Amino acid sequence: MNRKWLLGLILVLLGLTGALAQQSRLDVVKGRGRLVCGVNAVLPGFGFLDQKTGKYTGFDVEFCRAVAAALFGDPDKVDYVPLDARVRFQAVQNGEVDVAFRNTTVTANRDGALGVDFLPVTFYDGQGVMVKKGRANSLRELQDATFCTTQGTTNEKNITDYIRTQRWRGAKVLTFEDGAKVMNAFLQGRCDAFTADKSQLVGYRATAPKPEELVILKETISKEPLAGFVRENDSRWRDALSWIVYATIQAEEYGITQKNLEQFLKSEVPEIRRFLGLEGTLGQDLGLPRDFVVRVIRAVGNYGEIYDRFFGAKSPFYIPRTGTLNALQRYGGLMYSPPFR
Amino acid sequence: MPRLRDLLLQGLVLGLVAWGLLLLLAEARSRMAAQGIPFSFAFLSQEAGFSLSEGLTYAPGEGLRPFYPSDTYLQALVAGFLNTVKVALLGIVVATILGLLVAAGRLSANPLARALAMGYVEAIRNTPLLLQLFVWYFAVLLKLPPWEKALSWGGVILSQRGLVLPQVGLGGGAWGLALGLLAWFLLRQRPLWAWGALALGLLLGWALLGPPLVYSAPERGTFGTRGGLLLSPEFAALLFGLVVYTAAFIAEVFRGAILAVPKGQWEAAYALGLEGRDAFRLIVLPQAVRIAVPPLANQYLNLAKNTSLGVAVGYPDLFSVYSTVANQSGRSLEAILLVMAVYLTLSLSISAVVNTYNRRVALRWRL
Repeated sequence: MNRKWLLGLILVLLGLTGALAQQSRLDVVKGRGRLVCGVNAVLPGFGFLDQKTGKYTGFDVEFCRAVAAALFGDPDKVDYVPLDARVRFQAVQNGEVDVAFRNTTVTANRDGALGVDFLPVTFYDGQGVMVKKGRANSLRELQDATFCTTQGTTNEKNITDYIRTQRWRGAKVLTFEDGAKVMNAFLQGRCDAFTADKSQLVGYRATAPKPEELVILKETISKEPLAGFVRENDSRWRDALSWIVYATIQAEEYGITQKNLEQFLKSEVPEIRRFLGLEGTLGQDLGLPRDFVVRVIRAVGNYGEIYDRFFGAKSPFYIPRTGTLNALQRYGGLMYSPPFR
Repeated sequence: MPRLRDLLLQGLVLGLVAWGLLLLLAEARSRMAAQGIPFSFAFLSQEAGFSLSEGLTYAPGEGLRPFYPSDTYLQALVAGFLNTVKVALLGIVVATILGLLVAAGRLSANPLARALAMGYVEAIRNTPLLLQLFVWYFAVLLKLPPWEKALSWGGVILSQRGLVLPQVGLGGGAWGLALGLLAWFLLRQRPLWAWGALALGLLLGWALLGPPLVYSAPERGTFGTRGGLLLSPEFAALLFGLVVYTAAFIAEVFRGAILAVPKGQWEAAYALGLEGRDAFRLIVLPQAVRIAVPPLANQYLNLAKNTSLGVAVGYPDLFSVYSTVANQSGRSLEAILLVMAVYLTLSLSISAVVNTYNRRVALRWRL
């Protein structure tokens, strides 16, 4: 009797742990009713905690909002966790955050060795170098310079590789915990050059007291495709998130915006109807609400709208999109969604 | 046998704790394995691929030399460790001296000195060290003139890039000097010709192998120096910050210890005819030191551990290098275990040294 009871208990426990092991983060998040999203708190343009309003804003933050909108119909059901470059992977590995949208470069090593899986690329970037006006006109003049960058980033390794390849003896790399400290040291003159992804340099330059005195050099020393990432081996969760990201791109390809969404909902084109969840089971198959695309567009708009809000001509962090990799594929860029069918 | 029972009980508790730790580790390992990252220290021998702004590392066959990006993660951690040790040891020595001076100030008969010392101790003890480091780094050291307008005296250059000193190294002639010195030391009596041997070694070495000391003035480039000895602002900020902060606590330890020496000791010293300063130096201070050593050890440990705040001002100390290694390799669990072991060893070593000293100065009661 006693033994049977024990056996039963063990079986129940095994079943429980088995269920826990198999439960996807998608169900965890749905059950919780809120998304825990890792973001950058100190990078204007991408992810920034506004000290006055206490709110997170930025391009990356919009994708957290898009996910919350898709899952709960409310883009504000997000708990933000600020992550610095050094802890971001651990935070995702440990499940401290459900997903991180934090200007992170996709690399083979990270995908292979760090226990994370990447989502579709949301921004194609490249590493550049910023100097004070008159200091240098090209990277070649910086042989003896001190380069400052953020600790533990691909930027740190890229600049080191560059210096090694060029066989520069006098160049130094000085690293700080986060970009804000790098910028501070750079403005004060501790470093001759600030190296980071070009979009970040644009963001930091915009916040400088005298932006016109800072020059971003033409050279690009690396490719930096930025993407969100989740814990490894949870394809249900990753699929759901991937298609939420793709939905923003697909919406732009169809020309669906926040403004004209209502008209599109009356569309009779089967493709559009499937995309918007008026027909078929695309949403349910992904474990998402039938109308998740509509919710996303309503909350944050399509990819182009998100981009324009933060990097458009009217924004303080203007980064031209036309002619760059971030343009839609039909305009010569790399932004392209696999078909929703 | 209550003793046996106590021993068993303690053994049981120890066993339980060890078992719990092992369980935790095993759980972490299996979770990591499930995510495709097996627990292993193999990454330590991989190429680091990042650079450190300063620091020496050990390379087999080459001894101590600057860290290169082609070195391994382990060598990067060694460089970080040596940077930590450098700041910790220098910091302990300087903070002790400063602390003693401030304590003397607080106990001084001069009201101005007393007020200044008290103001210093209270202001420093009641603000966070991290904040002080930022002030030292961003508000003081980086406000030095920029490189183009660097101040320079002879071979010494001071700018926000740091303090550059002309480097004095050993030249070929040092061998002759060394042989001469050896002969000089070996001869107990030191007759006149021993001095002759020393001079001869020096002169012969100089003539045959070159000057014994080599002076290399730093070369000024557009952006920085080559050659010379560089004291970086990051190092200086961390050292100043730790010294100023810890000295305030050390001053209180010394003050308390001096006050704890019974007044009768002063009176006895005066009765023996000793003047104020001698009474302090010969009678009171030795007794105060005995009282001060154990709490002093705590302050030394705090200083050593606080070096890990170097990351805030860009100094590549052990913790800062660990962060980079963990992030670049993704091996945070393995790396943090290693780093914890190293900090533990460092702290235990400092304790051991201070305890040995404590045993030597402690009063020995003879019955």
